[in-house]
Amino acid sequence: MSSDRLDVRKTYKLLINGAFPRSESGRTYEVIAANGAFLGNVARASRKDLREAVVAARAAQPKWQAATAYNRGQVLYRMAEMIESRRDEFAFHVAQSEQHNDRDAQLIVSAAIDRVVWYAGWTDKIAQVLGGTNPVAGPFFNFSIPTPTGVIGVIAPQESSLLGFVSCVAPPLAAGNAVVVVSSTTRPIPSLLLGEVTATADVPGGVLNILSGEVAELGPVLAQHEDVDGVDLTGAGDLAPTLAADASGSIKRVFRATTADHDWAVDPGTRRLRAFVETSTVWHTVGQ
Amino acid sequence: MSELQHQTWSRLNDLEYAPAPESRDIVSIRPNYGLFIDGQFTDPGSHQGFQTINPATEAPLATVALGSAADVSRAVISARRAYDQVWSQMPGKERAKYLFRIARLIQERSRELAVVETLDNGKPIRESRDVDVPLAAAHFFYYAGWADKLEHAGFGAQPRPLGVAGQIIPWNFPLLMAAWKLAPALAAGNTCVLKPAETTPLSALILAEILQQAEIPPGVVNIVTGDGSTGAALVSHPGVDKIAFTGSTEIGRRIQRELAPSGTHVTLELGGKGANIIFEDAPLDQAIEGIIDGIFFNQGHVCCAGSRLLVQESIADEVQRRLVRRIEQLRVGDPMDKNTDVGAINSAEQLSRIHELVDAGVAEGASRYSTTCTLPDKGFWFAPTVFTEVSQTHRIAREEIFGPVLSVLTFRTPEEAVAKANNTTYGLACGVWSEKGSRTLWVAERLRAGVIWSNTYNKFDPTSPFGGVRESGFGREGGRHGLEAYLNV
Repeated sequence: MSSDRLDVRKTYKLLINGAFPRSESGRTYEVIAANGAFLGNVARASRKDLREAVVAARAAQPKWQAATAYNRGQVLYRMAEMIESRRDEFAFHVAQSEQHNDRDAQLIVSAAIDRVVWYAGWTDKIAQVLGGTNPVAGPFFNFSIPTPTGVIGVIAPQESSLLGFVSCVAPPLAAGNAVVVVSSTTRPIPSLLLGEVTATADVPGGVLNILSGEVAELGPVLAQHEDVDGVDLTGAGDLAPTLAADASGSIKRVFRATTADHDWAVDPGTRRLRAFVETSTVWHTVGQ
Repeated sequence: MSELQHQTWSRLNDLEYAPAPESRDIVSIRPNYGLFIDGQFTDPGSHQGFQTINPATEAPLATVALGSAADVSRAVISARRAYDQVWSQMPGKERAKYLFRIARLIQERSRELAVVETLDNGKPIRESRDVDVPLAAAHFFYYAGWADKLEHAGFGAQPRPLGVAGQIIPWNFPLLMAAWKLAPALAAGNTCVLKPAETTPLSALILAEILQQAEIPPGVVNIVTGDGSTGAALVSHPGVDKIAFTGSTEIGRRIQRELAPSGTHVTLELGGKGANIIFEDAPLDQAIEGIIDGIFFNQGHVCCAGSRLLVQESIADEVQRRLVRRIEQLRVGDPMDKNTDVGAINSAEQLSRIHELVDAGVAEGASRYSTTCTLPDKGFWFAPTVFTEVSQTHRIAREEIFGPVLSVLTFRTPEEAVAKANNTTYGLACGVWSEKGSRTLWVAERLRAGVIWSNTYNKFDPTSPFGGVRESGFGREGGRHGLEAYLNV
């Protein structure tokens, strides 16, 4: 970005409860591009930041769940619109973070936008594909509906800073969950940019909270937190088994990515959508 | 009461709503429209034209092309080319994004579409603004999401489209019916030739402009306005793989017969004579509103209208008394007024059909009550009407009136309610009003109808399948089921 004038650089901050705070701890860490260039000093979220994000997510989740599926679909689609309108900015940062050429970075941004659109289209179809009526042998009308699990903690993939990030975050959101996500530690900037996008995409505050920081520091707090209902450990690497064990304390739902799940270019199917929904079955009497 | 209080009281009783007209300024209707074929409007001068009028004033709105058999043929060829070369080859996720665009453009131009719809159709602006247009946008949004998820819809791993779909829609919900037809067909990968109703072509032509703004590939959607002969040419065209028709049972029957030899795919959404069943334990205030909405929504020009009211005998007198009181509150008149409840009858032809059946009701011995509201001098109008002392053999209890006319019958037991509700050749929709959920479900299991509303009526949603059983037709529109009508499965 050479220019005659001196550019104005941005301070990258966290996204908690719809606001963009620095870490309460005052800590930051240096983010370096793949080619060694300095990209910024991003906030290094603390355990307390994470706990505050969980509180915000818990408070926001019921309203997000209660919104119509159509509304949630439109909000996610709005997110896609906003990423598209800032696609060059995203591509620039994806290229810097992941050491891609411009063309590949643009392709990654396109795939990320399409991925958000794919999940936007799922909000009002989850119940139709995963739910249904059950022909029980008796005078009852019996049906099962998928309901969101609640507050989901996501350890975002470390390598794929945008496409991998949205591929993990969008499905629990589509299903009506609130999300607290720990971004890629070394490549957080595209995700922090995405956080800025949500502010103009009508995503209610607290529904998506984005923290940059250390997985080793934040992961255990997330996995052990009594008020987190599920964790996606895609980006946890070697820590995944420990964090999965931590999750057992409050019987959290755990999503463990397979090697295939790290191929972000392939059709994601419904695996991540199904990971954080519960099945709720209603028996209703039938009779005069 | 003091004299002053008395004066105040009388003044309050005389209070009338001030007129609250919606502005026409937002729309610019062209004087002449050609056909929308292969992504372009044809030259209006190259066609025989016909006028479309505002049924509330009888003033002409525009001259529209009368599509000939040759025009239909050009549209089908264009659709076939688009199907072979573009649309059937395109990945679902790309088709999806076109449909999302259309949904957004309808949202963006929603007020304009609502005004055009009300001008051309006669329905209250409140309804076109709050029901027709938002639901049309939602329908495209919903099916956009299916375009890249067809393998999850329950019809097999790689369901294929049918090809070129010919779609014929009615005048009661012109834009919404266009959305119901186009959205699932396009999502499934078909291309379309849409034939709007003769009396309400304008919103479909605005939709054609929207399709241009969306840059949908030429030929994927073709819109051919015209009359019955245009529709007939579409049905009989050998290049069409599928006919989807919404309209009268009489025409539907003819279409099914005509397509029998060729085996062309067909779905039909036809007439109805919906029963709205009110049990004595119903929430009565809501039920009265539901009865009103069930029959007077869209002037009763609704195939699923609750045109037969079945009231449990024990509450029949009270329901009738409250109905009369409520109907007298209905504001009938200028559809462009935001406070209007009941607008204009869509055409002189439809008005005469309503008159014929209402006269038959009186002649056969039913007791008629029509509201005392004053009707405008110009345009086509019919005062909201309720018949009591109706027997099941009366024409007004058997035939679809498609107007603001309600027939009231009574029943004593749930079995009798079910028997009477099912005593029709139709089977589109019914309502059941009761606070007892188990009873509602018991009744619902026994009703022969494609849609059953409980403690509500005339609710529509893109995720919810709509369609009839028996002579109300076959095939579903809306929901996962709506895809099946456009897939070769």
